Amino acid sequence: MTELWDGFTKAIELIVSLDPEVMQIAGRSLAFAATSCVIAALISLPLGSIIHFNNFFGKRLLINVIQTLYSVPTVAVGLFVYVLLSRSGPLGGLGFLFSPPAIIIGQVLLVIPIITGLTITALSGVDRTVTDTAISLGASRFQAATLLTREARFAILAGLIMGFGRVISEVGLSLMVGGNISGFTRTLTTAISLETSKGELELALALGIILIAIALVVNITLNRLQQR
Amino acid sequence: MPSLRAPAYERQTIGREGKPSHLPCLERRTALNLEVRAHPGIYHHLSTSYRRLFLRLKNNHTKTLLTILTVAVLVMGSLGVVAACTPQSRLVMATTTSLYDTGLWGYLEPMFEEEYDVELDVLYAGTGKALEWGQRGDVDVVTVHSKSRELQFIADGYGMDRVPFAYNYFLIVGPEDDPAGIKDLTPEAAFQKLMEDGSASFVSRGDDSGTHSKEKAIWAAAGYDYEDVKNAGTWYIEAGIGMGPTLTMAHEKQAYTLTDMGTYLSFKSELELVPIVDEGAILLNIYSVIAISPESVPSTNIEMANNLIDFLTSEEIQELIGEYGVEEYGMQLFTPCAGTEPE
Repeated sequence: MTELWDGFTKAIELIVSLDPEVMQIAGRSLAFAATSCVIAALISLPLGSIIHFNNFFGKRLLINVIQTLYSVPTVAVGLFVYVLLSRSGPLGGLGFLFSPPAIIIGQVLLVIPIITGLTITALSGVDRTVTDTAISLGASRFQAATLLTREARFAILAGLIMGFGRVISEVGLSLMVGGNISGFTRTLTTAISLETSKGELELALALGIILIAIALVVNITLNRLQQR
Repeated sequence: MPSLRAPAYERQTIGREGKPSHLPCLERRTALNLEVRAHPGIYHHLSTSYRRLFLRLKNNHTKTLLTILTVAVLVMGSLGVVAACTPQSRLVMATTTSLYDTGLWGYLEPMFEEEYDVELDVLYAGTGKALEWGQRGDVDVVTVHSKSRELQFIADGYGMDRVPFAYNYFLIVGPEDDPAGIKDLTPEAAFQKLMEDGSASFVSRGDDSGTHSKEKAIWAAAGYDYEDVKNAGTWYIEAGIGMGPTLTMAHEKQAYTLTDMGTYLSFKSELELVPIVDEGAILLNIYSVIAISPESVPSTNIEMANNLIDFLTSEEIQELIGEYGVEEYGMQLFTPCAGTEPE
């Protein structure tokens, strides 16, 4: 139990003293997660709307598949991206492996299903009459979709928050395609994994607490945004 | 006679008065929508603010475009930052965990980077994985410790020369009371006794690392087929993890394990494990550096990999490797052996 307490005091110490290395690692974690979420949202929001607003054969099945992918293991995505980006793989020429772009590509793939699926759910939750009325008032399909998206924005934001939570906390993928290179691809989670294997439990716990603190701040900010 | 009651949408709005303005927004609009759907003509009787609500739809195109543009700029910006973070000259090296966990590479890395003005990226993994990365061309150079596999790697045409640069010894550690009674035996005899005894636990790395290869070599020298050892019973535990976690597991289970000297010393203070067997020619542990062959991987950074080999075998760095950790652990972690095979 003293280890937990020591970890907690160490976390406070690292935060208060603004330890440069820890701050850098935390900043990197945040930057990777935010970048991947923005890119994934740019793909997933339109994708979710397209799936929601169109009726086609196999739609139900597609949604089921997307929802199943919520729980795809991070190491499986990691392995896929590794094979893709490895120098002897199809995209090896890019030289992305063991660098930030590799992590971001993996994280984007990881959250696309979550944001797409939750966008579909969010849009389905809006009263049908909103679309009907907009169309009856002469709105085009695109305008109606925009209006519906506006109505569903809180639920969509919840999907984004979930996606962010998934990428900032994943470790398997970052370790596999980022390589946990000090000062380059080391994030909070991979640092925790390394420090644990080195037996530095206090530092590992402290980093874990910092990670939770970051997630808390991000969530509070987004919730504020929701309530405005 | 016309109804004296206010239309439904206004009743709803009135009913929600006093609440924060963003709350009834959705209901107000939905109520309005319902009303308009039931009586299309009502649109012309709506107040200007309600009409504006719908007219705003018309301007949404510009707004959406602006939003998309802003986000696009943000993404481009962050990608640019990421690209800027990617160094021009980069040497990717995979090292065995024991050299990493003891902090040796953390110590040498800045010196190398400064001397050759390059970004050295150090990845840590077991020897098996490090060689796999090398074979696929994901790293430019490897520092590993499993002679037979290194020779095979070079014979297969993946690596250039094998350059030994330091060595130390493996040792068998275990609980102080030595339940199997193997203290001061030879490593081979100690393993034979463990196998015959079958009650004292032994934790194996089980991860294809250099240490794991050494363990298999000792089992072979002791006269056992490794498959038989693996299936010998519950006392033989295949961990499938790095050296540090394996030591921790052996500590928790009060079991024996084979470890390299460096990792053991850096974990010693947290373990109730003592050296049990630490003498025997088979326990020699040689670290060598191998550049990946440009014939196998054309894009490899062979020039900088050779610089790294020169750096590691230079007199100055050899001396630093020999001194590394002496102050902290009270004994030498690595014995330098620039380019020659230790006897």
